Amino acid sequence: MDVMPKWADVVLIPLISLLLAAILSALVILAIGESPMNALKIMVDGALGSTYGWGYTLYYATNFIFTGLAVSIAFHARMFNIGGEGQAMIGGLGVALVCMYVPWPHWSLALLGGTVAAALFGAAWAAIPAFLQAKRGSHIVITTIMFNFIAAALLNYLLIGALKPQGSMEPATGKFPEATHLPNLHDVLGFFGIEFSKAAPANITFFVAILACVAVWALIWRTKLGYEIRAFGHSESAAKYAGISPTKIIMVSMLISGGLAGMMAINNVQGEAERLVLNAVEGAGFIGIAVALMGRSHPFGVFLAAILFGFLYQGGAELALWTKIPREMIVVIQALVILFTGALDNMVRMPLERAFLAAKRRNKGAA
Amino acid sequence: MDLLTLLQVLDSTMRLATPLLLACLAGLFSERAGIFDIGLEGKMLAAAFLSAAIAYTLGSAWLGLLAGIGASLVLSGIHGLASITFRGNQLISGVAVNFLAAGLTVVVAQSWFGQGGRTPQLQGAARFDPITLPFADAIRDVPVIGPIYYELISGHTALVYIALLMVPLSWWVLYATRFGLRLRAVGENPAAVDTAGVSVIGLRYAAVAICGVLCGIAGAYLATALQAGFVKDMSAGRGYIALAALIFAKWRPWYALYACLLFGFLQALALRPDVIEGALGFKVNVQLLDVLPYILTVIILAGFVGKAIPPRAGGEPYVKER
Repeated sequence: MDVMPKWADVVLIPLISLLLAAILSALVILAIGESPMNALKIMVDGALGSTYGWGYTLYYATNFIFTGLAVSIAFHARMFNIGGEGQAMIGGLGVALVCMYVPWPHWSLALLGGTVAAALFGAAWAAIPAFLQAKRGSHIVITTIMFNFIAAALLNYLLIGALKPQGSMEPATGKFPEATHLPNLHDVLGFFGIEFSKAAPANITFFVAILACVAVWALIWRTKLGYEIRAFGHSESAAKYAGISPTKIIMVSMLISGGLAGMMAINNVQGEAERLVLNAVEGAGFIGIAVALMGRSHPFGVFLAAILFGFLYQGGAELALWTKIPREMIVVIQALVILFTGALDNMVRMPLERAFLAAKRRNKGAA
Repeated sequence: MDLLTLLQVLDSTMRLATPLLLACLAGLFSERAGIFDIGLEGKMLAAAFLSAAIAYTLGSAWLGLLAGIGASLVLSGIHGLASITFRGNQLISGVAVNFLAAGLTVVVAQSWFGQGGRTPQLQGAARFDPITLPFADAIRDVPVIGPIYYELISGHTALVYIALLMVPLSWWVLYATRFGLRLRAVGENPAAVDTAGVSVIGLRYAAVAICGVLCGIAGAYLATALQAGFVKDMSAGRGYIALAALIFAKWRPWYALYACLLFGFLQALALRPDVIEGALGFKVNVQLLDVLPYILTVIILAGFVGKAIPPRAGGEPYVKER
């Protein structure tokens, strides 16, 4: 385990994996007859070249921070929550109900109410798979996949039925009342005298996401519960022997995970769309997997990885606009990142470990 | 409900159950050897695209089928490399495979055909045609047996019959051959297989390859038989339903057939809301029918209807002691 210095584990390996993913993506772009350098330039210009671009990048990043944290928490307890997508969908349902049926006096209270509802609904959606894992030993990966589909069908059912305003043909709720609309970054930064694009969807939820990062860090590394979660993740039998209840850890970590995934809804549903539409999550739940892997399940890593994926998302949209590279190119990049940072981790790690080991021996020989 | 309507529903049950069955058996081989595979969906999708693309270009459905199997095998190779050679997390690898297929199929389709991520419509020999079994026309007018034979049993594409034949074949391979015994053993206790001097890695790669071939046929069936061409995300969650069916079937071939027929039947019913209403006298929500396979699987997983016990070494990379 201690073959490599810590910096190599947390910085070098993810960077090499990312580089491999980037090289393969460049090859794909070359293969379809476009220039990778040109594509990169368009992506950087479009995503980071203006406050408008940044506004989109940060908006996407906010989603990915929540879902990335959700997957990370579960990873710490050695569980794979693949149900972030469904939990975020149901979180959206919670936000929509709270925004539509509670007369909020001010957006700050609406944000608070929306956050609580989103977290509760998301956690509730994770509760059944968690319970089945803890009590009946059903594999959490399979049950959360199933719950993604059930969530989509439930939402579909509600949005073409009970939640649709009368006379509307679109499967969506009506617009939320004015008082629930969240200030976007233009308003927030304008308060401090910083110019920011008015049209971009990034909103105050970005700061809630940063708070969530800090909270998760404190929970995992500064509380007893966090210690128990990590202990359980390292060795279930050792944790059990130390008097940690597996049922409790599975339930609690999955509820937190589901809650975080659900909280994404205050960004995309309350902050951006200001109504609940079908497929509001747009795969952000799955990107959380890539973000958590890339960020090594550490909140700061998740934050950086989420910004990177926000950049890829906004840049990818620009690519589709200006070149013949379709938007799905981002899905390819996302797949490659998951592949290299997650599944093929050992492929990168083993040669590096060997190199470090050889270097260590050489140093010893010299001394 | 008259006999003809029933036969029509059962007929479309057969057609919709076929890709589920092939993917389910694919997952069965892989998981029985201890390699979890949630990448069935991606492999089917990749196979669907390449089979349609090649079938369109070369005008032959059979060459398309080969190309589809090839595409699926490449993804199987990646999954094998990640989960067998590099002992990575099999679930994460499966997720990566699914996304790789979802993205690459559209990117490549757009680059090759420029039709917004789809292949052109397949015609003639580029598609699998229904086969009329012998005497189907002759006994068509015989009461009861005639329509059943003509409507239900005859008139499917070759791949439907291949899928059905795969059930006894899988059973035979898994339970009546030495290879099958070893394959099942490697999913339960790889150390024992290794001690007996049989290569764990070789067996697992073989299982993953079989999985690739079957997913390839399933994908090719989607694009060149069930429909006429590839469209974006055309596997539409079938890989996951197959996974659900696999659990429902408790990792056994014959049960897999029944589970897939059941889930295919639900899909066929969802297409005919009028039939359900006629039969039951009230409207049944289509969304409910769509998610019933998933709900049933959760109930099975919860252990309320018999316990579904996966292969014991599933998901664990095998590390030889040093």
